[in-house]
Amino acid sequence: MSAIATTEPRSGSLTRPPARGARRRWTSFVLPTYSAAVILYLLIPIGIMILYSFNVSRSHLPNVTFKWQGFTTQWYQEWNQIPGLTPAFFLSLKLAFSSAVTATVLGTLLALALVRYKFRGKVVTEQILFLNIAAPEIVLGASLLGLFITLNLPRGFLTLFIAHVMFSIAYVAITVRARLSGFDMAVEQAAQDLGATPWVTFWTVTLPLIAPGILAGGLLAFALSIDDFITSTFVSGNSVTFPLWVFGAVKVGTPPQVFVMGTFIFTVGVTAAVINVLLQWRRERAARAYRASGA
Amino acid sequence: MSHQDHQLDPALARGLTMPRMSRRELFRYAGVGVGALGLSALLEACGTKGVTSSGSSAQASAGVGSQEWWAKQTLHHQLNFANWPYYIDTAHGKHPSIEQFQQKTGIQVNYTEPIDDNVTFYQSKLRPVLQAGQPTGYDIVVLTNNDWPLSQMMELGWLIPLNHEMMKNFDQYASHLVKDPTWDPGNKYTMAWQSGYTCLGYNTKYVKEPVTSVQILWDEKYAGKIGMFANAGELGSIGLLALGIDPATSTPDDWKKAADKLQQQKDAGIVRSYYDQDYIKALKNEDIWISQVWSGDVFQAATYQGYPQLKIAIPDEGAMFWTDNMCIPLLAENPLDAMTYMDYVYDPQVQALIEDYNAYVCPVPAAKEIIAKQLKDPTVANSPTVFPDAHMQSLSRNYYQFKNNEELTEWNNLFVPIFQ
Amino acid sequence: MEQPVRSDLPVAERKGARLGRRLAPYLLGAPASLWLALFFVVPMFTMLSLSLQTCDPVTLACRLTWHVGEFPQAVGEFHAYFLRSIQYGGAATVIDLVVAFPLAYWIAFRARRKSFFLLMLLLPFFVSFVIRTLTWQFILSDQGLILGTLKNLHLLPQDFHVLATGWAVTAGIAYNFLPFTALPLYVALERIDPRVLEAAADLYASRSMAFLRVTLPLAIPGIFAAFLLTFVPAVGDFVNATILGGTSNLMVGNIIQNKFLLFTDYPAASALSAILMAVLLVGIALYSRVLGSRTIEEYV
Repeated sequence: MSAIATTEPRSGSLTRPPARGARRRWTSFVLPTYSAAVILYLLIPIGIMILYSFNVSRSHLPNVTFKWQGFTTQWYQEWNQIPGLTPAFFLSLKLAFSSAVTATVLGTLLALALVRYKFRGKVVTEQILFLNIAAPEIVLGASLLGLFITLNLPRGFLTLFIAHVMFSIAYVAITVRARLSGFDMAVEQAAQDLGATPWVTFWTVTLPLIAPGILAGGLLAFALSIDDFITSTFVSGNSVTFPLWVFGAVKVGTPPQVFVMGTFIFTVGVTAAVINVLLQWRRERAARAYRASGA
Repeated sequence: MSHQDHQLDPALARGLTMPRMSRRELFRYAGVGVGALGLSALLEACGTKGVTSSGSSAQASAGVGSQEWWAKQTLHHQLNFANWPYYIDTAHGKHPSIEQFQQKTGIQVNYTEPIDDNVTFYQSKLRPVLQAGQPTGYDIVVLTNNDWPLSQMMELGWLIPLNHEMMKNFDQYASHLVKDPTWDPGNKYTMAWQSGYTCLGYNTKYVKEPVTSVQILWDEKYAGKIGMFANAGELGSIGLLALGIDPATSTPDDWKKAADKLQQQKDAGIVRSYYDQDYIKALKNEDIWISQVWSGDVFQAATYQGYPQLKIAIPDEGAMFWTDNMCIPLLAENPLDAMTYMDYVYDPQVQALIEDYNAYVCPVPAAKEIIAKQLKDPTVANSPTVFPDAHMQSLSRNYYQFKNNEELTEWNNLFVPIFQ
Repeated sequence: MEQPVRSDLPVAERKGARLGRRLAPYLLGAPASLWLALFFVVPMFTMLSLSLQTCDPVTLACRLTWHVGEFPQAVGEFHAYFLRSIQYGGAATVIDLVVAFPLAYWIAFRARRKSFFLLMLLLPFFVSFVIRTLTWQFILSDQGLILGTLKNLHLLPQDFHVLATGWAVTAGIAYNFLPFTALPLYVALERIDPRVLEAAADLYASRSMAFLRVTLPLAIPGIFAAFLLTFVPAVGDFVNATILGGTSNLMVGNIIQNKFLLFTDYPAASALSAILMAVLLVGIALYSRVLGSRTIEEYV
């Protein structure tokens, strides 16, 4: 996250030719308003979800219902009362984190190799990446299951992890690559001229500069993993992931705890984002104070 | 000088005589060619052997499931039970009926809910594993009889025949609807978990007339507001019912007529969509007014979720009676523990606990009293879709049992294109 | 007296540095390539080879017969589904590109808290797909919040419906793939050095000129990556068609799904998958040629 902070002042210093009076007022509002509108639109279903997680449900096996029956915080108090759902929820979180991190590392390294070097098998690798995204999920899942059975590998968290990393690498590599192409090598050469070894250069110069791409790839990988259903069905063995559990429960009904857990994920995410913003703000304030103190 | 004119330009000579392919390229293509040949040989060798139907004879010869075999089994005090989610009594993060079982017998139950759909579960968790001759990791699985995986497992010999010496509760208390059923004569392999009816659900806000026949699904008055199941078994069966034919005794000719009738319904634009399980959302949201439904869904929506205008109708032609069945897959590691649990569930006290939550069709009629008196829940006890009365029972219809895969394929080929 | 340092001599390289440089791409790419080779290429190839085999649907005993009849049959029977998938996927991708570009531009250039807005953009997609779909079905239902209100105001005919149409499927795909479009666009836009735009302004370019002549061309790798990451998986999607579509909105992904699960017709399913993947590969290669003489390698 600190990597983002170092790049931000750069664009914040973008100087525009001074706009004429009336025009400035209009155009400088369009883009932010549009962006706010899009983000709000994306958040509409989340809002509905949060709202109806407070809805009353009366049956012995309570179900989510969109008929408003009264306000209650019961489901938040009983958030882990559905025996199969809670472990599925944490399993999905664990899986998404670990597979996203791994896929990000592997995909970033691969992207570096693809952008900067010519090597044997480069074209083939790129086409494999492409085919990975194009392949239908059910074929991915069924073929991988066949492999695991042949290898006599018990199906569970490990096989889920393998599968999730497998289908995320390509997305990360392509995203990081969009950041790397056009990367100015002069910066790296300058660092090496100043005595940095390639390793140090990578860590202190390259990595921070491509960090936005890495972060974006990681977020994509996380989103892919936490929602994966078809491939996971085939390779999960006796483990049940969150989407699997919820899909299966649809026959009988969706417990309100599903909405509670969704709200939980969302709240954690928003909190993390807000904390990050606050930390940045404090850093910037400290930096300003430092500068102002006559350094 | 003139001597040179008759000679080829050395450069041209070189160009004409040099190999088209460099040595490196030659090796590369040769390698690819050899690779391709080798690969095809590999593929031939790797062509999956599949399972021969000697699976059943292998089992018969090994005597799995016979009385002698059962006599040799011991309790391991461990049970792996795979069920559908949200299908058992749940209170304060536990399953009371399972807790009681664990206390009473000392058998530790590993209860998981990995089943979301018969076909997907079978294709992803049972078939590939059993085909490779490996244990599935489950001792009890729950499969529905309105889909083909259950009958295919029986045909391939992938289920362990039950031990009838250990079915005392079942023999005494099971309802006649699940005893000696058409899909499993003599309960050789299965004991019912819960059942349900596929009937008609409708929204009284928009449907003012009494609903008595499946023909209402073909009524042009409700064009675009009708929902049907995207399931070949259910769709075909209701087509047959609409023609007045009992699906259990139908013939392939009947199926063709039913397919025509369903196609006519689709062409006339009467059906809004073919749904999997989320017809109930469409009904609640008033996107459809009449639909094929499962009894339990509408009961819950009307009773607990604030949709009292949704009602169930059992048509005169009959309602398909489906059952989710407990069965023991081949190579299960704890078969005796499985039998113990399966019979335990038929104790009326236990069943009352489970039924009070599920509100599907209870396989133990004696549980009705217990739910009414001890659990004090008249809504469930008196619901005709939980404890069907004689009239309801007379309207139960059973699905057609496919004798072999050709019949199944013929059925699927007729009905799947309608919703696909 | 000191020897003057001669700067024209090559600096002696550390032993192995040159070898290190030669091996670098292999070392960097090895973990990912091995992972993909073992867990994607091998099983996928095995599975696709089933399209050339004949399998008994019950016992799944398969023999390699080099039977190529599956392919023309797949195309003949299901070409409409292929076309529809490309249509829905393409429309959804165009919508996503148009919607996401201004947003990505704003976050990359104007927003002060980029990671915050990126996260807010992504968060709805961390919440499970099931939940998102449930709520959208509720919002878009015939008498629901939106349509019901509009119908009560008589702005819409009473039998108007959004769900169970091709539009709903396209909108669902567009919605669910938006992050896959927005993120690569953001990533590519973010790396554009604002000094380049300053230089354009110095050279008397107007704002729109600078955008068209400088920003947009520099963003093309990102646009292509965004297109790739959206269009390709969208064409193979089947979930949106199942949940939001009607009887005539099914895509090729649904067919593959059914062939696999319902009919256990592995050869047909594999043939359809192979055709899908080949069509996409060829299509993208052609498209990248149209974009410029750069080959697919430069963008992927």
